[in-house]
Parts: sequence; structure tokens; C-alpha cells
Amino acid sequence: MSKIIELKNVNKWFDKFQALKDINLEVNQQEKIVICGPSGSGKSTLIRCINRLEEHQDGQIIVDGKEISENTKDLEKIRAEVGMVFQQFNLFPHLSILDNCTLAPIWVKKMPKKDAEALAMKNLERVQIADQAKKFPGQLSGGQQQRSALARALCMEPKIMLFDEPTSALDPEMIKEVLDAMVDLAKAGMTMIVVTHEMGFAKEVADNMIFMDEGKIVEKAKTKDFFENPKSDRTKLFLSQIL
Amino acid sequence: MNLSILKADKKNLNTFITIGSVLIFIGLIDIILSSFLSTNITAFLPDKISYLTPLLFGLFGLYLIRIEFSGNKLLDKVNTNFNSSNFNALLTLLVIFALIKYIPPLLNWFVFDANFAGNTKEDCTGDGACWVFVKVWLNRFVYGLYPDTEQWRINTAFLTLFLLVGASFFVPQRYKKYIIIFLLFVYPIIGLKLISGGDFGLKYVETGAWGGLSLTFIVSAFALILCFPIGTILALGRRSKLPAIRYTSIGFIELWRGVPLITVLFMSAVMFPMFLPDGTYVDKLIRVLIAITLFEAAYMAEVVRGGLQALPKGQYEAAKSLGMGYWKMHFLIILPQALKLVIPGIANTFLALVKDTPLIFVVGLLELAGMVNLAKTNPKWLGMAMEGYVFAGLVFWVICYVMSRYSQNLEKKLKTER
Repeated sequence: MSKIIELKNVNKWFDKFQALKDINLEVNQQEKIVICGPSGSGKSTLIRCINRLEEHQDGQIIVDGKEISENTKDLEKIRAEVGMVFQQFNLFPHLSILDNCTLAPIWVKKMPKKDAEALAMKNLERVQIADQAKKFPGQLSGGQQQRSALARALCMEPKIMLFDEPTSALDPEMIKEVLDAMVDLAKAGMTMIVVTHEMGFAKEVADNMIFMDEGKIVEKAKTKDFFENPKSDRTKLFLSQIL
Repeated sequence: MNLSILKADKKNLNTFITIGSVLIFIGLIDIILSSFLSTNITAFLPDKISYLTPLLFGLFGLYLIRIEFSGNKLLDKVNTNFNSSNFNALLTLLVIFALIKYIPPLLNWFVFDANFAGNTKEDCTGDGACWVFVKVWLNRFVYGLYPDTEQWRINTAFLTLFLLVGASFFVPQRYKKYIIIFLLFVYPIIGLKLISGGDFGLKYVETGAWGGLSLTFIVSAFALILCFPIGTILALGRRSKLPAIRYTSIGFIELWRGVPLITVLFMSAVMFPMFLPDGTYVDKLIRVLIAITLFEAAYMAEVVRGGLQALPKGQYEAAKSLGMGYWKMHFLIILPQALKLVIPGIANTFLALVKDTPLIFVVGLLELAGMVNLAKTNPKWLGMAMEGYVFAGLVFWVICYVMSRYSQNLEKKLKTER
């Protein structure tokens, strides 16, 4: 399996506060990685650096063979290949769900409107929300909105999907419908990096687990090893608190 | 005194209502008689008390009928809306008395004592408004000094404009954008050419002769159409990451916001030509249009910036994560939402712009208010300032009210949130 994302000695500061410390990470195609850790540990910052919603100051980030830095000319092209699902959904409230899904394919990928709509309906069906296509985001429940956001990202046919705490803003009973959609996606072979506290989901789909604390990767291990015999004390403590 | 005996209960409810109503009625009669027939039914009382009697009667009456859950729907409604406390009762009475006292004289001036017939000032009796003045000057108020024989050109231009605007509301969605593009980019040139003339066998009419309401419309419309995109670009510029663009925008906005419009207009008329090479001449109206446009664009920029700042960061991030660049992100995602948010502010700026147009008198251009100003100094029509300004005020009010209603409708139509 080939590498699709590579981070080498990545450092990132917010003013004086160091958010990421010497991060080294390789992600292979079709690999599923779940990142967990206490709040403020840099998990979100890490995945936001991968599509440069945050800028890193030091080290290398290589996505699909292209390095991401301030000199990257075709940043938009790289971003188009990296889908992202946010904690707060971030659907476009002025557009219907269908338009949310077709907008980027039409304007960024120059896809004909008909094809874009067909693609959108296919992806909306995939997350089981096709019947809501004509509604506006404000008319949907949180779970439905998050599934729409997932469909929107999938419409760009990305090679990699990043999930930034996709279920943290949802009511408990809606978490499952979103996780189910993510499990389906994982089974279809998508490369995924997921920041989440849903350990059930992690056990089911993740190939590798990463535990972060204070900007550092404390532990990276196969999922089974991670849960059964974590090496570091910090990981043990964390797991004992959330499991 | 123990006021509890003055509170109604089930048994004497009707007595209270009757006595209260009678007292209020006496108060009203008192004020009506004294304002229309100059008779004072309470003249036997000392002056100051007599002056206050209607209020006292009314207040006591309202106090008596202030009965909670009386069972009478009308009475309950009156009590909750106008008579919920002594203070509210007082306000209600004062408003009613003020209406009785001042509305009839106003109506008399406007309609009943006003003069409509005739053609000269002498046809007016002087009791009420002399609308003859407005009637005689109406042509000038609308067309300014534009030659009478050529006025069909202004009529045609505006009629076409209204028809096109009307059509844009009723044609199917897919033709709509062509009409709007035509209206914004092509029609202004055609319209201006039709009104100014000079080619196609049309007599040239210099802009100095343009005036009246039609000039108000021309100046407002051009400034509205132009200041909006410029303001939006400035707002984006002010938030740009590139220092050169950011500081240019800030400088521009602060410069124009810092000077009064009247100064800007004056400079455009007097100082601007000095910077031009000899022999070049830019028409006065064009200079004024540019000045007003840039002035209002600076205000527009700040209104739009308010909208941009109100959008959550997540919208920018979502757009970026889908691979959109700066312009796609702003035109597809950010601006549609930001502009919708600030429709009230945009409407505010537009209304201010329309009402600022009379200031172009400083460069000698006379739109509606300017023409009124000119007409009232005509020796044959001295003393008609009131009628003229009331007329101009009403016309401006109608224009602004229509714009305001339209902006409210737009807001409702574009609302997609729950």
C-alpha cells in the first residue's frame, strides 16, 4: 500500500503557544486512523493542517505527492481531493441540501449541472437523506445536517476524508445515524482520518489509533493493541476515563 | 381615602362601566367643544382647573372602567392595550386629545380650505394650502428646465425602465438574469443617451437643463447601481490579507467618510477641473455622479463589512475545504449570505443616498427640492415655500417608503432559516 499523506517533524505555534510538536505521521491509502486525546491536545489542529485550514510553521506535510506550504500554488486542487466534515456541519444555509452538494462540483470541478445533480443524489442516497434534498439546512435535524455535510464532501470524490469531531455537536440519539454512514464509507475503502471520542466506532473501523496530548503523538498503535495493552501511562489514564 | 370602594365587583360592574364611560364622554365633549366651538363648559371653574377638567374626567373614567376580567371582550381589549395603568391611561388621553386638537386643522390646511383651481397666486384665498402653485409648476418640478418639446424623451426613458423592471418580476426565471444584466449594464447607457441626445437626430440637451424629479431619479439610480459593487469590493479589500490592498481600502473609506457630502460636491465642481489638463472637460453631472457614488460607496463598504464579519468562520472553512479559491468562495458562499444579513443596512444607505441628492444644488443642478427652491423665489409666487416643501417632502417620503417596503419584502423572500 502506498503512502498518501506524510507529515515530517511538523511544528505549529499559535503565537507563543505550541500546538503541534514534532508530529510524524504516515497514512496509507485506504487506511483508517482515529485520533483521540483530551481537549486542547492538538488533534483538530493536526487534521486542519492537512488541508491547510491551519498553517504549520515548521516541517513538511505531503498530501498525494504534493507538499503543502505557503508556496503551494494549486492548494485548491489539493483541497478538492481532501474532503472534510466539521463539528458544526458548516452547511451553507442559503442553499438547499441539493445545491450544497452540487455547488463545488459545478464551480470547482466544472461538472455539468445534470451530472453534478445525479452525483449529489447518489451520495445523498448513500447517507440515506435523498428525500430531504430540496430542503434547506435550517429545516433539518443535526444528524441529518451532518449526513448532508458528509454527502457534500463526498460529491467532490475526494481521495481522503478528514473528520473533525463529527458527532460532538449532536444529540446522543443522532450520533448513531452519522456513525453508521461513516462506517459504510470506511467499508467502501475510503482513506479516513477521524478525530473522535466514539471509541465504539474506533474499535469497529480503525486500523490504527493515535493518542495525542499537549501537541505530541503520545502513542500510535494497531487498534487492538491500543485498547488491550496501551503502553504509555497517559494513554491508560485517558482510556480508563472514557471507556 | 380608601380607594377600594371604587373598585368594581360582579354586582355593580355595569354601574361602574356606565359611570366611567359617561365621565370619559364628558371629557371628550369638553375638549371637542373647546377646540372647535371655542366654548368652555367648565368656565365657571378657576382657569387652571378648567383647563385640566377634560383630563381629570377622562382619567377618573378610565380608572373606573379598569376592571380585570370584566367578561366584556371589547372592554378587556381596551384595558390591556390602552388602559393598563394610570400612566398609560394618561398617555392614551393625551394622544387622543392631541389628535382631536391638531388633525382637523391639518386636514383643513391640506384639503378643505386649500385651493386647487386657477392658474395664478391670486386664485388662492390664503386660508389653506395653495396647491395651484404645485399644479402650475408641476411640469418644472418633474422635468426641470428640460425643453417642453423634448420631454417625451424623459417619459420614454423612464417608461421603458419601469416596463423592464416590471418584466423582470414576471418573466420565467431563466430569462430573468438577461433582463437584469441588460438593466444594469446596457440600459443606463441607452437611457442617458436618449435623455442627453446629440445623435440619432435628437436635439442635444445639456445637463444643466436637466432637473426636477427626473434628475432625482437619474442621480439616485446611477449612484445606487454603482456604489453597491464598489462598496462591496472596498469591503473585501479592507479584509484582504495583502497590506497594499487593505491600506488602500481603509484609506479610501476613511477619507470619504470623513468629509461632508456637500464639501465633496463642491470640490468636484470647483477644484476637480483644476487638476485636469487644459481643454479637457468632464460634464458637471458626471462629476457629481462620481462624487456621490464614491461617497456612498464608502458607507456601503462598512455596511457590507459588517455582514462579512457576522458570518461564522466555519462558512469560510467549508468553502475552502471544498477547493474553492478566494473569488468563488466570496461570490458563491460568503457574499450571498453577508449581503442578505445587511439588507436593512443597505436599504438605510440607499435611502440616505436618495435624500442626499438635493445637495447637488451646490453645483447648480436642481433636482426636485432644488426646483421647489427656485420656484418659491419667483416674484409671482412668493410665499409658497410651505406648499413647495410639503410637496417635495411627500414625494421623497413616497419614494423612500416604497424602497423600504421593497427591502422588507426582499428580506422575507430570501429568508431560508427556520
